[in-house]
Amino acid sequence: MTDVAMTNFVRKDLVAERPAPVKTTGFVGFVRTRLLNSPTNILLTILGALLIWFTVVPALRFLLVDAVWHGSDRNACLEQNAGHAVGACWPYISAKFDQLIYGFYPQAERWRVNLTFLLGALLLLPLLIPRLPAKSLNASLFFLAFPVVAFFLLRGGGLSGFGVSWTANLLSGLADSFAGAGDALIRAGASSTAIGPLLWGFGKIFALIGQAVSLVAWPLTSLRDATQASKQPVWADLAVTAAVVSALVFYLWGGLRSGWRPLISSLVTFAGIAIVIALMGLDRGGLPAVDTRLWGGLLVTLVISVVGIVASMPIGIALALGRRSTIPLIRIFSIAFIEFWRGVPLITVLFFATYMLPLFLPGNFTVDGLVRALIGTALFAGAYQAEVVRGGLQAIPRGQGEAASALGLSWWKTTFLIVLPQALRHVIPGLVNSFIALFKDTSLVSIVALFDLLGSMRASFSDPNWATPTTLFTGFAFTGMIYFAFCFGMSRYSLFVENRLNAHRRT
Amino acid sequence: MAENSIVSISHLNKWYGDFHVLRDIDLAVGKGERIVICGPSGSGKSTLIRCINALEEFQEGEIVVDGIDLGPNLRRVDEVRRDVGMVFQSFNLFPHLTVLENCTLAPIWVRNIPQKDAEATAMKYLERVKIPHQASKYPGQMSGGQQQRVAIARALSMNPKVMLFDEPTSALDPEMVKEVLDTMVDLAKDGMTMLVVTHEMGFAREVSNRVVFMDAGQIIESNTPQEFFANPQHARTKLFLSQILR
Repeated sequence: MTDVAMTNFVRKDLVAERPAPVKTTGFVGFVRTRLLNSPTNILLTILGALLIWFTVVPALRFLLVDAVWHGSDRNACLEQNAGHAVGACWPYISAKFDQLIYGFYPQAERWRVNLTFLLGALLLLPLLIPRLPAKSLNASLFFLAFPVVAFFLLRGGGLSGFGVSWTANLLSGLADSFAGAGDALIRAGASSTAIGPLLWGFGKIFALIGQAVSLVAWPLTSLRDATQASKQPVWADLAVTAAVVSALVFYLWGGLRSGWRPLISSLVTFAGIAIVIALMGLDRGGLPAVDTRLWGGLLVTLVISVVGIVASMPIGIALALGRRSTIPLIRIFSIAFIEFWRGVPLITVLFFATYMLPLFLPGNFTVDGLVRALIGTALFAGAYQAEVVRGGLQAIPRGQGEAASALGLSWWKTTFLIVLPQALRHVIPGLVNSFIALFKDTSLVSIVALFDLLGSMRASFSDPNWATPTTLFTGFAFTGMIYFAFCFGMSRYSLFVENRLNAHRRT
Repeated sequence: MAENSIVSISHLNKWYGDFHVLRDIDLAVGKGERIVICGPSGSGKSTLIRCINALEEFQEGEIVVDGIDLGPNLRRVDEVRRDVGMVFQSFNLFPHLTVLENCTLAPIWVRNIPQKDAEATAMKYLERVKIPHQASKYPGQMSGGQQQRVAIARALSMNPKVMLFDEPTSALDPEMVKEVLDTMVDLAKDGMTMLVVTHEMGFAREVSNRVVFMDAGQIIESNTPQEFFANPQHARTKLFLSQILR
């Protein structure tokens, strides 16, 4: 006041710095200004304190104070033996821990599960930390190499051939089914009179297509037979496949001019495949097979949720783009697909995939039960993701696409370099929401006789050795904590990613 | 003019549904020519220049850009777009990329230029629009005038033969208009072929070789700027000029 009022003023003593009044900062200040600053807030503070008192305290009491920590069977967790009211019965968890993690996976083979978990963590963690280098190598190892290695580690079994055999088998199978359909139509045409000639004509066409396919496939099938006849069929096949694919890559990427780098990366990839085959002995039958019916516990939960999450993204993006396509057929297909999968409960999907699909498939064609559940959840989650991604696509102004087109970028490049990166950033919360929902929805697979974490837990309730009044609560509290740890981790990481990727929105 | 023209438009007709937006447009743009297109809003100026790089399709007529016929089926649109740069009213920079990445994206992904070379070229053009020191910023951190200059640098980084400007200063504050116009004047002095939709009559008078006046989807009058401003022929032109040059 004085400074302003006086026309000429020169400060003689500088005002020293003082701490702020106690009442406005620190704990006291917080209590005064945030908790007790009005009658309504005082009431709310009291209610909040009561709520904490009545929920957190009993929970801690149950989990820690009254809990029983040691024991070998149910007797330790009974009130008359413990001498006090019994809370959580932790010995029960430690007794059932292996079952919760591995299900009925054979004891001797559990190192394979551990190794898979370890590999997955080792590849995933550096992928999640933005500062670490070699992201594209890391990503391709995690998304392409790891699933294959994990498959052979967890399920076991080996290879009898490689690319040449697979392609040849596929083509000859296709040729056979065309020829078979042609034969059936010709026979049907001979027996019926009205549309007989028509059926006969179609039959002839199908038979011709079958012959054409087998003719085209002839070099491949003969190559397959040659490699299978050799002493090391897998290695021979791998060598031929590597040579053919690398030559193709070299040619397609511009040959002598610019094809060297792709050629080298292709050869390195095949060398990596060879190392995996050699290390795991896939050419000699690989590890002993463990049927997926024996898998269980956290293993199944993680397999289904990781595969579901990873597979649902490309499905969702493809469907979202399809739904906005200007080509009517693609758009209608996408809409129908999304609406169908969103309109059906996941339980129905799983039930259908497990018990009804085999009725429609040809007799000798079976799909593993776990794989059926995987496909079901992936498609189901994909339909949900599609709508989330579409929401992000809607938020991108038309000018972005126009500017990219005006620079000469094709539709694909515009979509994958300009539109999608922005759209996905907008919908990170929605995407992670779906991931978390999917992670917890995996517990529904227990209705199709797969024992995930929760299913294994419930199965262990029936053990009479551990039947105590608090077994049920202990079990659910423990699985709840595991689910929470994973979901909370995903949630926090998504916040971190959001902050990092939205650097451009901070001004 | 027609034999060395870089853009030639003949009998161009376009409809939005039943609405006839462009009517029998004939326009030839010579190499190095600067044409300003003006006219009241809704007269089809923007639609016309958006047809030149096929952001709009048209139903009748012919557009030839640097010898490439952009027929109604738009088959060779990508070839044309590579050689035609465009600057938009609302900048349309890519907000998730830095300024430098905005300028190198198309050279790298469309022209397959190595990243180092693309960055060198981009820096050259960023220097030319006088914002090289902001190359690592995101567009959202810059003023409108700076963003528009980045947009010009982005278009130039593709080494286009023609530059289209769709009301480049209409979304800017008055004091930022000048910095963008100065950049455009520099560009014109270097001999770039330019088609500019604008209401900046000072720019038209100073820089353009020809002013084209459009109304109701047709070209009403086309003349040198001296004649156009001193001696407008058509009644509609006179009315328009009297309204904007007070």
